Amino acid sequence: MGPAVLIWRLAVRDLRRRLTQSVLLLLVIAAATSTLALAFALDGTSNHPWSITRAATAGPDVMVETYPGTHPDLNQLDALAHAAGVIGTSGPYPMASPVLRTGKVTDPVFAEGRDETMPTIDRPNVTNGTWVRPGGVVIERGFADQLNVHMGSQVTLDHRPFRVVGIAVDTDRGANWRPQLVWVTRADAVQLAAQGDKLAYVLNLRLSDPPSAPAFASAHSSPRMFVATWQQIRSSDEKELTVVQIVLLLGTWLLGMLAIGSVAVLVGGRMIEQIRRAGLIKAAGGTPQFVAVVLLAENLFLALAATAIGLLVGYLVAPVLASPSLSLLGSANSPSLTAPKALIVVAVAVAVAIAATVFPALRAARSSTIGALNDPARPPRRHGTMIALSARLPVALVLGLLLAVRRPRRAILTTVSLLITDVMIVCALALHSSFASSRSTDVMVSQPGLGQPLLARVDSVVLVVTVLLVVLATINTIFITQATVLDAQRPSALARAFGATPNQVSTGLTVAQLIPALLGGILSVPAGIFLYRIAARVAGGAPNASLPVPWMAAVIVGTVAVVAALTLFPARAGARRPVAVVLRSD
Amino acid sequence: MNAIGDAPALRARGLRKEYGREAALVRAVDDVDLEVIPGETVAVMGPSGCGKSTLLHLLGGLDRPTSGDLFFRDRRVDQLSERALAELRRREIGFVFQAFQLLDELTAQENVELPALMARSSPRQARRRARQLLEQVGLGERASHLPSALSGGQRQRVAIARALVNQPAIILADEPTGNLDSAATVEVLRLFGALHADGLTLVVVTHDERVAATSDRLISMRDGAFVEDTRMANTGGPDVQFLAGLDG
Repeated sequence: MGPAVLIWRLAVRDLRRRLTQSVLLLLVIAAATSTLALAFALDGTSNHPWSITRAATAGPDVMVETYPGTHPDLNQLDALAHAAGVIGTSGPYPMASPVLRTGKVTDPVFAEGRDETMPTIDRPNVTNGTWVRPGGVVIERGFADQLNVHMGSQVTLDHRPFRVVGIAVDTDRGANWRPQLVWVTRADAVQLAAQGDKLAYVLNLRLSDPPSAPAFASAHSSPRMFVATWQQIRSSDEKELTVVQIVLLLGTWLLGMLAIGSVAVLVGGRMIEQIRRAGLIKAAGGTPQFVAVVLLAENLFLALAATAIGLLVGYLVAPVLASPSLSLLGSANSPSLTAPKALIVVAVAVAVAIAATVFPALRAARSSTIGALNDPARPPRRHGTMIALSARLPVALVLGLLLAVRRPRRAILTTVSLLITDVMIVCALALHSSFASSRSTDVMVSQPGLGQPLLARVDSVVLVVTVLLVVLATINTIFITQATVLDAQRPSALARAFGATPNQVSTGLTVAQLIPALLGGILSVPAGIFLYRIAARVAGGAPNASLPVPWMAAVIVGTVAVVAALTLFPARAGARRPVAVVLRSD
Repeated sequence: MNAIGDAPALRARGLRKEYGREAALVRAVDDVDLEVIPGETVAVMGPSGCGKSTLLHLLGGLDRPTSGDLFFRDRRVDQLSERALAELRRREIGFVFQAFQLLDELTAQENVELPALMARSSPRQARRRARQLLEQVGLGERASHLPSALSGGQRQRVAIARALVNQPAIILADEPTGNLDSAATVEVLRLFGALHADGLTLVVVTHDERVAATSDRLISMRDGAFVEDTRMANTGGPDVQFLAGLDG
């Protein structure tokens, strides 16, 4: 009972005493567990909404569309309707391509002409209002949401007024397949086509063997028609989630790596303090195992709290990200955070806690009690060659180089931390560049104009992951800077005692941080483009990633500038402490 | 607590502690033989760097000797595992450091309770014992204060109470008044006097002649070795007159 009370007391009091560090460590682990939970929650959520919608709308197995023209050939469509394997049809429906205007929004749309009664195949599910009638338009739900139009709204199609009489959902006109879809009566569609001088026809087919749709499509392909199978349409609509999942998975890996780096920074920054504390506990009769248990209890407490946050975020956010859009019925599966997946998240957090415990515990166990109490800092390595080489450099640069070389692992950690963050920023920029130039249209962009829900969704996920990475990298940089400033107090004070000015010392400290920042920034450009290409390939798209040179330069310069800004204040504060005070307190 | 006349509380034979190698070899403690009998107060004095603190750390199992034997009440302890040494420190030895070495995040009361809880006392017993000791060292009113809210002398008294909480056989004190002003030094000396009167065994490393003056035996060290071992005139109790003189 006694030791348990003591462990609890020591752990809780220490966490409370270094509240900021504890909260930051909690956030770092929570960021990693959140993305992991999200990635797990999104895994396997994609099929059901599309299937539900297809069942509810009696979606066709094959959709055939003639190319717009003034004299479409309907004989070919008729031949297809009577082809072997076809057991039902609906259409052909005339389809015009007018321009829709509502308020300030102008967008080209596909206006499909329908009968006022619903067919047996491809029956759009009217979720609000009624089906088509003369002068009335029914708008696809996802598109209506983007246009911000409602029941009763007035729109124009090629300047002809229409009233919105219904909102509907349909699988063969899904969110990404053809997002800008409206339905009007046959007569209205033909009239609209006459105004625009272009008319296409759509025919929906039901096959006796739906899985054989691709074979049917290839057997009946024609340069004058576009033939799409239900598998193609599903694949197109599911690409959104696939890309989101890839981005999340990528983000999870990057965040995971950065979280480990952050934990190393936070734990490393506290190492001296922890070793002294371990010495104190050992001097009072604590065994090395007891010290390890106290350290573990602290980190475990944080890790479990972070896991709870991560699972909660995963549970709450996954449905938002997984929801394929308003274009499909139902919702994505409830986040599939099953017990085994939740256990994996817990295991990862516990592993982080153990990793955070092992090094200080081992050092505490290895160091003699009195050594830990008196001089817990490990002496830095001396690099004579570097010192000799730097003899001709300006004082500030020499001080910066010496500081960077004194703690090579810290410099590497800074480089890696910034590299990981910049890699994600480069990926995000490459994605934007790709969107802008529409190079990878087969995956990322289906249509120009308003109807690009996929782009918006991927964009927001990339933004979330990038922001998380930037926050973590900022925390890392602040802690590493603080640790460097603290560590450099004595050598800086000595340098000042021998004539260096506070400005030279603070510039030296800044230089020590800028070297890894520059390295991380430069390496991130090729690494980010490489990673983006892999991700695009996995997503099934064209891996054409290129980043304009000014953007590349902005990543590098931006990284260096941000690190300089984050370093300058603590460096200046550290360099202005009176020399005598620093040397006396050492 | 032990009475004078029993077997040695602490015995060291050929104790040596070396740092570095070959030309850079330093013998911090050089072939020391020592016997401390129960109830005795031993002061170890010498110039800075002569090895007296290192000797104290070796005696208390805070550091390991390079060679030599160390016995605690006839039990050889220099080869014990880290865990066994920790248990020995927990139950048999109380440490008092120059820099107090209190845990900043725990209150005075909780700092004193720490070794008791580690020794598997119940929380209630630990609390009662800590409260009693804090009263004894005159800090009953400040039990709930953090170390940062206490003066140097008060912190050292908390550290002494912590050293006593498991009723150890011996107290090892390393420059206990080194960081204290005169008034606080007197407080600590009074406390040591009272402990001595209770028959507790004390080994005190010090620069302070006032501390040495209250001991039964004074050992002088130079270059890691004992150069003088003197029995003091005031054997059998603290020099009350001397302490009274300090008060004035």
